[in-house]
Amino acid sequence: MECNNTERKYLTVNPLKTCQPLGAVWACLGIHQCMPHSHGSQGCTSYLRMQLTRHFREFIPTTTSSFSEAQVVFGGVGNLKQAIRNILSIYKPKVIGISTTCSAETIGDDVPGTINEMRASGDIPEDVKVFTASTPSYVGSHVTGFSNMVKSAVETFAKKSSPNGKINIIPGLLSPGDLREIKRILKIMGIDAIILPDISDVLDAPMTGEIHLYQKGGTTISEIEDMGNSIATVVLGREAGIAPAESLKEMYDVPYEVLPLPIGISNVDKFIMKLSEITSKPIPYELEEERGRLVDMMLDAHAHWYNKKAAVFGDPDIVEAIVGYANDLGINVLYALTGSYSSEWEKTVKSMVPDAYVSSDNDLWYLKEQLDKKPVDMLFGNSHGKYLAKEYDLPLLRVGFPILDRANLQHFPIVGYKGTAWLVERTGNTLLDYKDAKSPEHLLELIM
Amino acid sequence: MIERNHTQDYMMESPVEKNKKLIEDITDSYPKKVSKERKTHLVVIDPSEEQHIMADVATIPGIMTNRGCSYAGAKGVVFGPVKDILHLTHGPIGCGYYTWNTRRNLAEPEEGYNYFIKNCFSTNMQEKDVVFGGEKKLYGAIKEAYEIFKPKVIGIYATCPVGLIGDDIKAVAKRAEEELGIKVITVSCEGYKGVSQSAGHHLASNTLIMDIVGTEELEDPTPYDINIFGEYNIGGDVWLVKDLLQKIGYRVVSVFTGDSKYDDLAKAHRAKLSILMCHRSINYTNRMMEEKFGVPWLKVNYIGISSTIESLREMAKFFDDPMIYENTEKVIEEELKKIKPRLDYYKERLKGKKAILFVGGSRAHHYQDLLKDIGMETIVAGYEFAHRDDYEGRKIIPEIKEAPHHKILDTYHFERVTEPAYPQEKIEEMKSKMPDHFMNYEGMMVHMEEGSIVIDDFNHHETEELIKALKPDIFLSGIKDRYVFQKMGVPSRQIHSYDYSGPYSSFEGAVNFARDMDMAINNPIWKEVTPPWKK
Repeated sequence: MECNNTERKYLTVNPLKTCQPLGAVWACLGIHQCMPHSHGSQGCTSYLRMQLTRHFREFIPTTTSSFSEAQVVFGGVGNLKQAIRNILSIYKPKVIGISTTCSAETIGDDVPGTINEMRASGDIPEDVKVFTASTPSYVGSHVTGFSNMVKSAVETFAKKSSPNGKINIIPGLLSPGDLREIKRILKIMGIDAIILPDISDVLDAPMTGEIHLYQKGGTTISEIEDMGNSIATVVLGREAGIAPAESLKEMYDVPYEVLPLPIGISNVDKFIMKLSEITSKPIPYELEEERGRLVDMMLDAHAHWYNKKAAVFGDPDIVEAIVGYANDLGINVLYALTGSYSSEWEKTVKSMVPDAYVSSDNDLWYLKEQLDKKPVDMLFGNSHGKYLAKEYDLPLLRVGFPILDRANLQHFPIVGYKGTAWLVERTGNTLLDYKDAKSPEHLLELIM
Repeated sequence: MIERNHTQDYMMESPVEKNKKLIEDITDSYPKKVSKERKTHLVVIDPSEEQHIMADVATIPGIMTNRGCSYAGAKGVVFGPVKDILHLTHGPIGCGYYTWNTRRNLAEPEEGYNYFIKNCFSTNMQEKDVVFGGEKKLYGAIKEAYEIFKPKVIGIYATCPVGLIGDDIKAVAKRAEEELGIKVITVSCEGYKGVSQSAGHHLASNTLIMDIVGTEELEDPTPYDINIFGEYNIGGDVWLVKDLLQKIGYRVVSVFTGDSKYDDLAKAHRAKLSILMCHRSINYTNRMMEEKFGVPWLKVNYIGISSTIESLREMAKFFDDPMIYENTEKVIEEELKKIKPRLDYYKERLKGKKAILFVGGSRAHHYQDLLKDIGMETIVAGYEFAHRDDYEGRKIIPEIKEAPHHKILDTYHFERVTEPAYPQEKIEEMKSKMPDHFMNYEGMMVHMEEGSIVIDDFNHHETEELIKALKPDIFLSGIKDRYVFQKMGVPSRQIHSYDYSGPYSSFEGAVNFARDMDMAINNPIWKEVTPPWKK
């Protein structure tokens, strides 16, 4: 398409973010037997269910207050009360996580007040927990929505009693496969942890022939209550996780550490060493072996990616981690882009790749314009990048959210040494596939 | 799961009685008020009585509904597929983001025309815009879009906060038109308007007829000019149909709106006939086209072999032209011959399989015909956002009471503004030759088997119970419930988006559909759900 490169102040083209309610529902799904409820118009719920279902290929149960004109004129509290009563009676959750939408926020419905009122009148029974967060789309992004919902869960439920010797992990918007890998590492190290939220065993449930509205996984309320008693909180990904960790620090003096998502050898090292430092547990030889195998793989295949130029885009925490991964591999990142504005993030990423263009308030059209001027060899990002990949004839390594056009990826971790090894395999072999596809027949190579 | 104490009694009953009891059981498990309301949305087809269904009323809060919003209907469904309009969502980022390439309305770039369909344009409203108003940002975004992309037409679609804070999008559009010399159309389709995406269809139709249709002239009219309405080219459906129609000798002036261009829509009033596929999404425009420009319309169905044949023959009768008659029969014969061996193979493998169909627009109706063609049976069918006329036929329209939510959706009526392509007497004469049901849609219910179940605004709970009780061989629905019922062991396919497959229209499409049903139902992996040590 012909177009002029122009500075844009008002127009967003091909965004690198979506809205808070999606992140809020994502967070709720990682809480045991929780029904995420969206207070607002039903389109919001319909859309985020569609997007999450397409990404995870799993059932995403969520309810809505189903606003129409009457609610935006006279207030939506009546619908909220009706909705809660119906949810309790039909879907029987242990927890309800309520997030708001643009319309509910703009008209100013008092959600926490309504819940207190229903609690006082006995409409909400003692044994059902409710937590709420304010999540209009016109503030932040889906990452903010996730962060706000987890923060609310912590602030609503966490308590202080006696020390539990555990650590808290706030893992951000990782896939079920990633969470499974993090749990495996913790087990190898003999560390007891509370992970909030935990979508493994929820969004990667096995095929059994049976239906369960709530799958067996998810962080339980008693685990969240116990988070005030932990030794420390480890935040994996600043943007999605720091706010709840700060709350735990303020409320119960639980110290926290912010780490990048453990993708790439140096990021995983940081994670493992931090775990060891906090818990005083030694790093088992088993992990050292995994690390050694990863280093071996990276050496075996280094020629396929060394000095390639890359653009990385998507959610802020994953972009930061992938930039670290690229640095480990000797891939030159020219662009690191996200749509969820954060000056802190920009500073961090800029320090990692000082020569790259780093922006946290950007979109994919910007990247397209830059590729015309200063091209790259490969893309790391979500499915929305496939059109750029096609137009500029580039390999696209699919990482992050959303991945809509490939199946099964969410089952395979990219965190930890093992997950990184799998990403390394994909990186090298994707580039080789690309090279083979481009080579004329007489230059196709069999041996390397 | 509903406990049954008297299985024997159920066995003795007729399917009608049995299913009536079943839906009674399902709705009784709700709280009282919900139960009362939901009972009016579930009907077991019983020819011995006059039956009605409740539809197009607000969803019960807290019920896990599959419904979307007005913006989804206007931008997502009706306008979104127009490939050369630069669709600009005025609102926070989510709304635009979720309609970014998420319907499979395929469209081909054309020389000399813009092609914006793969992009998402948004004003990305922030809190300060909600506090101080978003008009400045909207104007700025239009200007930037113009400078970068040079569109001929920009479409503005307003989402929830825009209506609440009162941005005057029409005034901004007018100013932009004057200053930039381009066309700027607007739809105020804030998500809370109406009770489902259906409100957005209505609002989009108003914009189509007020601002687009009739604004350009068709330079070289032929006697065989037609429009295809309610067709969004999911998986390429319209390409197969266009091909058939062109072989017969028709010329397609415009498609509303699959693979369409602005100029074609603007000339649609010069067609001799419109054929309507999806009755719900755009019948409003057809009614207004007939009033304003005298273009009659015919409800057709080209999903399914027998339906396609019938539709083609009825269209031929309308034109009553020897060339059209002859070519119609020739095309039917050729196409049938082409698909027969492949279709026979699948029919053998799908004989007697039962389907549940929950899919919006007119699909829950159309796909029943196709399922029948391949030897399958529909035991339950439901819509998300239909109105009573989609179930009970257009004859019910005068009886439908206007609900409060209809008042916000302006309904326009028109005097004839232009000399129609045919004189009115000729149209009446042509219409009189047609069987009534083609001009007056009969709705889905009359075509369903005795004992089958019809559901309006279906939801998770009801679906789960029905699947457990009726054990269908396949569940045909959308993405939101595809994976959950698959996990129950029921093969599922998406009929909104065809699961990356299609086209499913006309003759070749029927074979594609049969192939996909076979792969879903007879997939060897179903045998592996239970481990061998548990068998």
